[in-house]
Amino acid sequence: MLNPQLNAAGRLKHLITLDGLPKDVLTEILDTAAPFTEVSEREVKKVPLLRGKSVFNIFFENSTRTRTTFEIAAKRLSADVINLNVATSSTNKGETLLDTVDNLCAMGADMFVMRHASSGAPYLLAQHLRATGRDHISVVNAGDGRHAHPTQGLLDMYTIRHFKQDFTRLTVAVVGDVLHSRVARSEIAALTTLGVPEVRVIGPKTLLPGNLEGLGVRVFHDMNEGLRGVDVVMMLRLQNERMQGALLPSSQEYFKFYGLTAEKLELAAKDAIVLHPGPMNRGVEIDSAVADGKHAVILPQVTFGIAVRMAVMSMLAAGN
Amino acid sequence: MNIQIKNGRVIDPAKQTEVQQDVFVAEGKIVALGNAPAGFSAGRVIDASGLIVAPGLVDLSARLREPGFEYRATLESEMQAAMAGGVTSLACPPDTDPALDEPGLVEMLCFRAKNLNCAHVYPVGALTEKLEGRRITEMAELVEAGCVAFSQANTPIADTQVLMRAMQYAATFDFRVWLQPIDPHLSKGGVAHDGVVSSRLGLAGIPVEAETIAIETYLRLARRVGAKLHITRISSADALTSIERARAEGLDVTCDIAAHHLHLCEHDIGYFDPQCRVVPPLRSDRDRAVLRAALADGRINAVCSDHTPVDDDGKQVPFSDAEIGMTGLELLLPLIVKWAQEDKIPLVQALGVITNKAAGIMGITKGGHLGVGARADVCIFDADAERVLTRETLRSQGKNTPFLGLPLPGVVRYTMVEGRVMYEG
Repeated sequence: MLNPQLNAAGRLKHLITLDGLPKDVLTEILDTAAPFTEVSEREVKKVPLLRGKSVFNIFFENSTRTRTTFEIAAKRLSADVINLNVATSSTNKGETLLDTVDNLCAMGADMFVMRHASSGAPYLLAQHLRATGRDHISVVNAGDGRHAHPTQGLLDMYTIRHFKQDFTRLTVAVVGDVLHSRVARSEIAALTTLGVPEVRVIGPKTLLPGNLEGLGVRVFHDMNEGLRGVDVVMMLRLQNERMQGALLPSSQEYFKFYGLTAEKLELAAKDAIVLHPGPMNRGVEIDSAVADGKHAVILPQVTFGIAVRMAVMSMLAAGN
Repeated sequence: MNIQIKNGRVIDPAKQTEVQQDVFVAEGKIVALGNAPAGFSAGRVIDASGLIVAPGLVDLSARLREPGFEYRATLESEMQAAMAGGVTSLACPPDTDPALDEPGLVEMLCFRAKNLNCAHVYPVGALTEKLEGRRITEMAELVEAGCVAFSQANTPIADTQVLMRAMQYAATFDFRVWLQPIDPHLSKGGVAHDGVVSSRLGLAGIPVEAETIAIETYLRLARRVGAKLHITRISSADALTSIERARAEGLDVTCDIAAHHLHLCEHDIGYFDPQCRVVPPLRSDRDRAVLRAALADGRINAVCSDHTPVDDDGKQVPFSDAEIGMTGLELLLPLIVKWAQEDKIPLVQALGVITNKAAGIMGITKGGHLGVGARADVCIFDADAERVLTRETLRSQGKNTPFLGLPLPGVVRYTMVEGRVMYEG
């Protein structure tokens, strides 16, 4: 089966998932992002790489933060950005995903940035574009169901590389609701591809999918044990709705056993860094003292996120 | 018209025979094998040189989509598919709209099917009204109307008290109960096998226990009330273990699998192929290997097509949102022949699971074999030829199958129903 993300020359054509992307492509994205961090510090925060191109942000699921960062990234590349909040528009009137997309293609889209509640939706879009001879249009996955959130994974990798340089000497722990997390899947795929020798996953059994070992990680249910000696702690957001039903008894109990506190962080390496994809639930998965403390690199993540998204979009524009 | 089928390799799984001989058909029945009966004069001679002459296939589950889902398929289109697939008898599950829970609906379906004069259609009645799992149906009336068994299709009864009573009532009349093992709670929200692929792709999983717990419940209730139980479409090795244990304890229970489970496993989902969204889900490659072996040694009694035509709109959506099911009538024979070739199983044995053994589960005696006096339902096919499956070659209105574009063995040349040639390919 061909990897639908790469073109015949092995260059990035769509960005749908980090799972299965070669190491050199991941590294190339991170390398490309580096100079873009400087663009954001200029007085005129713009480069002309996507001038005349139309980027359509189609969000079938509500999101402010991710959509905004994609919008900023596209605008800094001089693209025209059109935001569609489809969660509140035509699909509620019965229009299908592909009908919506066909309409947007007719309006001259060059790139789609899509978020969707169903895992795999961006593949459907990419396959549809190919089947209808519109292969020149790129798809960027801004999060699909529980499957992938590749730009988040990449900005996390950028952050880790920025602070820790060498992936091959690190122990990294991903903590929390891996079962429902597209961020976790993208992080695990990137970390293992980039050569991190030990990737740990920490959480209660109800929030971890089975067969995690098959993804190349070590599973811990005891957070104290899992955090011992780690260089990087990657926290996951816990959705409030998980507290209902049979997955977890209460946010208090969750915080007690899986919330990141200064005390637990003591077990990690002295110079450990703490990442969080945001928005944070203080007092649920992370204590304020840690979120605002010296180990946290949560705000740099946001800044790097724009550069990484600029890198992805400029590479896609070049690849197509 | 009298027909002579000449020079074919006649395979009759019921008698375990494979002989190069002629078959003589008169008045819709097989009247002789080998030598023509006295005074026989053929109105037509079919040259079956190099071909297999087998009983018309018997499919334990084919959704015809009528009444209620005519936009997906009609009786006309699916009967053509059956003929092109060599299927001459088929059972259709009750999950139509409305469900097959009233004698009038069943009579209408039988009447419509009979007028089309193609495959013999055997409705499976709903075990409970509207398949809701609350009130049992008028089973005795439904049998009079033409039902051969009762099932819930793939909407399981959540209330075990209702389930037990439904099985008990069916047992009163010695009616067959066909149950697809699904635990309604454990399968809730799931779209794929809870395994490596669902974990990696972020698809909500259906654990194997959703199948085994339901099977254990059915087996215990069947033993308790003495029901004639057939378990349809198992998908896992563990399910088979449960069934074998019950058999060892003396319970007479049969089971089948869907043909696609012989060839596909969770990895075939690939990049979220909505064509692989089926119930039960495609399981692990180990499960597949165990099912294949169990079919070969008879622990699994039969194979059905689980034919479920879905329109393109139902599949051109993300995996989790896709309608479930695959088109199957025209794939039943090719997938069995492919399995037989790959696992080196003689055709005379392999074909049994889609002819006489399936007929036995359905309780029909006039079809599924080539004995003298049997209905002249015949499938003549080329076992060695291969054909690439395409949207254009499929007669079914449903083009939904992940096998599109693949070469498959077992090409049907003639399908005969009660002595009438209904398909020539």
